[in-house]
Amino acid sequence: MARIPRVPVREQNPTVRASNFEEVCFGYNQEEAMLEASRCLNCKKPGCVSACPVNINIPGFIMHIREGEFEQAARVIALDSSLPAVCGRVCPQEDQCEGKCILGVKGESVAIGKLERFVGDWTRENGIDLTPSGIVPKGIKMAVVGAGPSGLACAGDLAKMGYDVTIFEALHKPGGVLEYGIPEFRLPKESVVRTEINNVVKLGVKIETNVIIGRTVTIDELFDKEGFKAVFVGSGAGLPKFMGIPGENLNGVFSANEFLTRNNLMKAFRQEYETPIFVGKKVAVVGGGNVAMDAARTALRLGAEVHIVYRRTMKEMPARVEEVHHAHEEGIIFDELCNPTSILGDEKGWVRGIRCIRMVLGEPDASGRCRPVELPGSEFEIEVDTVIMSLGTSPNPLISRTTPGLEANPRQCLIVEEETGQTTRKGIFAGGDAVTGAATVILAMGAGRKAARAMDLYIRGLAGE
Amino acid sequence: MISWRFYVNIFIMYKILTKDILAPGIFRMDILAPRVAASAKPGQFVIVRMDEKGERIPLTICDYDVEKGSVTIVVQVIGGSTLKMSQLEPGDTLADFVGPLGQPSEMLSEKFEDLAAKKIIFLAGGLGTAPVYPQVKWLHHQGIKADVMIAAKSSGLLIMVEEMKKVAGNVYIATDDGSEGFHGMITDCLQNLIDRQGGSYDLAIVIGPMIMMKFAALLTQKLSIPTIVSLNTLMVDGTGMCGACRVTVGGKTKFACVDGPEFDGALVDFDEALRRQTMYKGYEGKKLYEEQCALGIETCKCPK
Ligand SMILES: Cc1cc2nc3c(=O)[nH]c(=O)nc-3n(C[C@H](O)[C@H](O)[C@H](O)COP(=O)(O)OP(=O)(O)OC[C@H]3O[C@@H](n4cnc5c(N)ncnc54)[C@H](O)[C@@H]3O)c2cc1C
Ligand code: SF4
Ligand code: FES
Repeated sequence: MARIPRVPVREQNPTVRASNFEEVCFGYNQEEAMLEASRCLNCKKPGCVSACPVNINIPGFIMHIREGEFEQAARVIALDSSLPAVCGRVCPQEDQCEGKCILGVKGESVAIGKLERFVGDWTRENGIDLTPSGIVPKGIKMAVVGAGPSGLACAGDLAKMGYDVTIFEALHKPGGVLEYGIPEFRLPKESVVRTEINNVVKLGVKIETNVIIGRTVTIDELFDKEGFKAVFVGSGAGLPKFMGIPGENLNGVFSANEFLTRNNLMKAFRQEYETPIFVGKKVAVVGGGNVAMDAARTALRLGAEVHIVYRRTMKEMPARVEEVHHAHEEGIIFDELCNPTSILGDEKGWVRGIRCIRMVLGEPDASGRCRPVELPGSEFEIEVDTVIMSLGTSPNPLISRTTPGLEANPRQCLIVEEETGQTTRKGIFAGGDAVTGAATVILAMGAGRKAARAMDLYIRGLAGE
Repeated sequence: MISWRFYVNIFIMYKILTKDILAPGIFRMDILAPRVAASAKPGQFVIVRMDEKGERIPLTICDYDVEKGSVTIVVQVIGGSTLKMSQLEPGDTLADFVGPLGQPSEMLSEKFEDLAAKKIIFLAGGLGTAPVYPQVKWLHHQGIKADVMIAAKSSGLLIMVEEMKKVAGNVYIATDDGSEGFHGMITDCLQNLIDRQGGSYDLAIVIGPMIMMKFAALLTQKLSIPTIVSLNTLMVDGTGMCGACRVTVGGKTKFACVDGPEFDGALVDFDEALRRQTMYKGYEGKKLYEEQCALGIETCKCPK
């Protein structure tokens, strides 16, 4: 039987999109989705499902797409994921479901991510309401810290069980990284992110913005003064790392978080918004993850020539393959195998260049990736006027420091029981980047949902059920 | 386009309760923000956003009233956003008001006996008088009288002198043009005071424009007075997320919003802090010109 090839997805032309913030990928239409779905073998022991961090019944929803039963497909996904339109766009599918798809062994895997996205988008565009009716209110107050994917997922599930849930969010807008980190051209805010938040609010979840737990109120005050019975901490990993090399505080050096927050949360790319953003003529982005790609492609769209400076090669980059590919297509220059040793300033203290050393790949380290080793005497300079540091982030210690008994490891990650999200303090649960350090949307969402189940058991235990 | 707020059911309005003009281009507002009022401490600050399109502006807390649920801020018109804010009136609302941010003043965690034994002087430059006030008031409530030196370009730009007199020990005034009090810079005024009265101080707390804090800290170091400064760096989130606020203190990079805003004046790299403050100068200036122009304000110097 002749196999049909993977159905290509329509995208904005690279030269056009390099100067706008519209979404790059258009996604499948119904016909394309049904055709792609027909490629799935509906395996008895599907590799994809076990490689999905939340074990979505992938062949199950794909079979419904094949039959044109999109609402049923949505219901299958909803059993395990509350954010299909988001995860279909941002999951590293090549390392997860698609990486283990049987078709991928010899040819091309099923485009599971694109199909998931199709279902998410179709549900939204057709106004399908998947919220269960007849939720019986329990009248028990639950608090969630942080309105990122983990907090939203936890809050949504708790609300479905009948709890009275309030999310406290430090920023002025909910969404977490979905709002402040991942750019518009990869994850549209008005349509996709807003809908996901709205779905949680429709369940009766209250979101109070501008509340920094640990500053505005403490977790103990939530328990003692505001009558919350359990708390979920989904505060993410927002603290940027710097390299600690000379010149990092020069004018024109930014963390990727600052650069992206100015552009995404504060909408600096739009004329009518007041927040300023600085992007020079030539930008060096240091790092090779999703955050680095997002910062680089944002700077490109703001009109700069952009270099990605990475100490390994493109192959080892932790970013999603699709993002590296898109960045390359758009004209980002990849300076592989080089590592900055210092940032150079002009007489006024503004960046004028970056000094790098060439690297070679050595033996694989514990993570299986080849360790980059410096090539002595190979230092050289790249002339740039902006440097964006994208070296990863770590959790903010604010909550652990202001909550007695809540313990974190030396990397500031909260210590929890893997299966339940139970922290070292009774009644407090945690999940997402706050526990794992910077990871993925799907893992954060999964952790939020696991914790919701454990919080329900905890409350029932208190009531002696 | 409907605002996302449409969907969020706890929609808190940060209402402006009172407004008064303290000096040309400087105004004071009481804002209804019960959660912030309940946890605010001297030395901390808030971040304010005027409307959906506004930037996040860090402002120091000038006073707070737990019962009324209000927080007092003092704002100087320096950019487009603050100009717009100056046009708001009581009854209007701010889109966002978040805090309290930063560490409370170091003296709050000091033992009473240690603090009471110290001779303290506050050096307040211009708008810096506002954040000095809650600290002096707090000391006053502890039964400690601190001296305060308030400086401004000229008499008309001095703010909160009467309020300060009610809670401070001696209040000294200095103006650059000599229109009121000592004629000269705050540093000369302090030197002069110490030369005249002989005794020195055990602690100086300096809050004002970065350049003033730099020179004040140089002088107090020479006079061997331990000195605390409160840094008004650029900020975005105010929670440690972006690093826009980074400063070098004692050779180490610190985030002013979470590690500060108060630091040891002797250890701060002021030249770097001054330089980093100018990062978006052209940008701000351009917007202000455009807006003043649109509003028909006479000082408009835009190139058109
Ligand atoms: C630029 C960028 C690109 C990324 N790209 C991808 C991708 O392509 N695919 C992927 O899977 N993952 C990606 N990630 C990672 C992914 O976004 C995160 O793993 C995920 O968002 C973590 O979810 P979370 O709910 O744990 O935390 P977050 O999304 O970080 O949300 C935490 C929320 O808590 C709030 N908060 C923090 N402290 C407090 C407090 N004290 N009080 C109240 N609220 C608080 C924060 O403001 C924030 O809104 C990316 C991350 C970034 C930064
Ligand atoms: S492994 Fe691939 S072919 Fe098999 S069920 Fe999953 S998606 Fe379909
Ligand atoms: S203002 Fe963003 S880290 Fe301090």
